[in-house]
Amino acid sequence: MGTFISDNAPKFGQVLIAVFGFLAIMSAIFFIAGKANGKKSKPIANIVFLGPAVLLLGAGLIVPTFQTIMFSFKNDTSQKWVGLANYKWIFTDPDIHLVLFNTLLWILVVPVVTTGIGLGLAVLMDRMRNESIPKALIFMPMAISFVGASIIWRFVYNYSTRNQPQVGLLSAIVKLFGGQPQNWLLVKPLNTFLLMIIFVWVQTGFSMVILSAAIKAVPADIVEASALDGAYGWRLFRFITFPSVRSTFIVVLATQVVGALKLFDIVRTMTGGNFGTNVIANEMYAQVFVQFNQGKGSALAIALFMCVLPVLFYNMRNLRLERSHR
Amino acid sequence: MSKVANHSPGRRIYSTRFATIVVWIITVAWTVPTFGLFVSSFRSKTDIYNTGWWHVFTHPSFTFANYREVLFGGGALSLGNGVLPYLVNSIVITIPSVIIPIAVATLAAYSLAWIKFKGSDFLFFFIFALQIVPLQMSLIPLLQLFTGGAHIGHITIIPAFGIAGHFAGIWLPHTMFALPLAIYLLHNFISSLPRDLMEAAHMDGANHFKVFRQIVLPLSIPAIAAFAIFQFLWVWNDLLIALTFASGTEEIAPINAKLASLVGQYGSGWQFLTAGAFVSIAIPLAVFFSLQKYFVRGLLAGSVK
Repeated sequence: MGTFISDNAPKFGQVLIAVFGFLAIMSAIFFIAGKANGKKSKPIANIVFLGPAVLLLGAGLIVPTFQTIMFSFKNDTSQKWVGLANYKWIFTDPDIHLVLFNTLLWILVVPVVTTGIGLGLAVLMDRMRNESIPKALIFMPMAISFVGASIIWRFVYNYSTRNQPQVGLLSAIVKLFGGQPQNWLLVKPLNTFLLMIIFVWVQTGFSMVILSAAIKAVPADIVEASALDGAYGWRLFRFITFPSVRSTFIVVLATQVVGALKLFDIVRTMTGGNFGTNVIANEMYAQVFVQFNQGKGSALAIALFMCVLPVLFYNMRNLRLERSHR
Repeated sequence: MSKVANHSPGRRIYSTRFATIVVWIITVAWTVPTFGLFVSSFRSKTDIYNTGWWHVFTHPSFTFANYREVLFGGGALSLGNGVLPYLVNSIVITIPSVIIPIAVATLAAYSLAWIKFKGSDFLFFFIFALQIVPLQMSLIPLLQLFTGGAHIGHITIIPAFGIAGHFAGIWLPHTMFALPLAIYLLHNFISSLPRDLMEAAHMDGANHFKVFRQIVLPLSIPAIAAFAIFQFLWVWNDLLIALTFASGTEEIAPINAKLASLVGQYGSGWQFLTAGAFVSIAIPLAVFFSLQKYFVRGLLAGSVK
């Protein structure tokens, strides 16, 4: 224990310096700027309040975005302009076609499944009495990292060679029903779907919690009135519940699309992008940090950015509508 | 409200029993994978490889050896000093990466909501839009900035920070990437504070700094707590930033990065992976279960990160 403390004291010292140093500087600026009076006090306040955020966003997101766009037109070390070569590579290389196809599969399948199961669970839970325990248990994977979730599911998908006992749940179940267990993560295209299950497992709780709140917000008298009019079960869901939560449903769906697009950790941990499971985000990482090709990596980042643009515009439109209703 | 609704005729249309059974079946299916790994983390290596974890129901036998070896190392499979240093790194990375963006974002949110200037609405829209920009867009330029500084031609604008490979080189990107969501969430909350309250304070001669400290900050605690949990889970569970900015060394890499590399190294060293996974998810799970209410509130306030 003693060595543990002495080994790690410098690290925790850095935390204290960072946090308290930062807060001390902010307080000092506050104190000095607070003295300003009269006409200058408003612009000074704006600079002090907004300045740090604008600087950090500029250096961290805005300037880098333009740099990445530039890099995407340059070669692997960013020293020579290569025109559209990196984009041509994306559109012509058959290996990348598989990557693009997999990413498309992810954004088509995963958001629909997570949001669909989430909605189903939210509707069912609205009708049961003790929903808090199942809700917490299905929501729980949200707290687990994709890496942790990958390890959990790697164990489920575990395959032992022939004549050895199957200790993976999937193999054991398949064997129980008379099937032949396989090295699941190597089986194309099944492996991509096995990876998707992990994402669904983590994210369904998110969809469920948000949609559940939306369902609870449907006024009880509307539901009762339509029940009196004979709307039960599926009809009630179709004509009352779903239309009431539709806008929430779309927001959740869009969020899951963006999540599935940026997905990196699961593919990285489960297969490293091998065996036909690669996706854009993982290929981007591999191009930059394994192949050391900044040009191709940047072009892939731009491809990701292009894919989220429609969602970005949709969100902006929503925000503007929301504000004009106020 | 929901209690009343549950007993109303409209909500009883699906039989409650049917819903209950289906939900519980799904819940069990959802929990079994985690449970299986958890049980296995307390089984000996021989047990893990010779019988499925479900055998513990008939032949219970448990050990702490996996945890001892994973945490402190020194066992047969050389894990070096174990994952404990990485766990410390995770804590060291997470604390400033949660506190600093909250401070910066609360200030910005107050300014955008209550110190209006020409263009402050546009700025808010712009920051809102930034939420969705994939952080892949920033990785290469930021890494270059941290290692080599910024130059135009041969003129150095920003010298090499020299923070690549230090904790600051991880805190900074986490802070930057957290800001759009943080500002958006906190702005939603702070802009809904009553106008009368602000105006009364200004009448009494308080300037913005005083209003922020004495009124806005104390009232914003629930929103700050909601975002803090969100950000905590995000930083703790992150892999991409960790791999990019912490070179995987025992000095600064977080436990998540270490676990990912363990999977690569011992594709099926299950006695380590099971225990290692639980070491890494124990803290977020504890935070999650104790503060779930705030976390849900943060999610509901709208997040598209």
